[in-house]
Amino acid sequence: MSLSLQMSIKRNVLYVRLRGELDQASVERLKYRVTEVINKYYIVHIVINLKEVPFMDSSGIGFIIGRYSQLKERKGKVVVCSMNELIERIFTLSGLKKICLVAASEDEAQNILEVA
Amino acid sequence: MNNLMSVKFLAKKENVIFARGVAGAFLVNLNLELGFLNEIKTAISEAVTNSIVHGYLCDDTKLVELSMSYDDEVVTVEIIDNGVGIEDITKAKEPLYSTKLEEERAGLGFTIMEVFTDQLLVTSIVNQGTKVKMIKKYYE
Repeated sequence: MSLSLQMSIKRNVLYVRLRGELDQASVERLKYRVTEVINKYYIVHIVINLKEVPFMDSSGIGFIIGRYSQLKERKGKVVVCSMNELIERIFTLSGLKKICLVAASEDEAQNILEVA
Repeated sequence: MNNLMSVKFLAKKENVIFARGVAGAFLVNLNLELGFLNEIKTAISEAVTNSIVHGYLCDDTKLVELSMSYDDEVVTVEIIDNGVGIEDITKAKEPLYSTKLEEERAGLGFTIMEVFTDQLLVTSIVNQGTKVKMIKKYYE
């Protein structure tokens, strides 16, 4: 299963909905497209929806760290939502919970950003 | 039940997903639970990515070998490359250490291999290559 990507923008928030497996090959393509949109539309916050992602290795962690660094200068936040059990374990292991917000769903992610 | 297999494939990033798929297919007869399969696939994904990105520095004319076997108790996996090797294995295994952090690499490959298997053995000779051996117990 290769990765497919759907993006939408609401105010200054970019919603990235992924479907497929996140590894080195798919992350490289993804990084290029998401970075382009972040710069072009002056995105401040990003919500990464992993609901349709059954598999992710540390390449996915690298991608999230990269977006965090990119948005940090704009005081933006990274919210990751709808992780499965496997991905949540890798996420916890990486220490990403210290720098990213976690939500159960995209709606919750949106609420977190409105309150923050 | 005892079984063994070995495959070689080009060091292309597109082949990491192939390696995971082959691993899953080989283990199908063991009727393992999804959690176990996902853990072993993640560990393999990390090791194969390391061989491609670090061992061969993305030279996709080179070959990576994946060998797997199982007996009644454990699954054994070996990922072998003939790449640049690792100078300091202890340092390479440190969480968050990476020689390529600027490429948005997390430095978590070996940590994930260690956490998701029961035994991790890394042997490497500079300019000759690296062998990663992982053993994971399963219960029926």
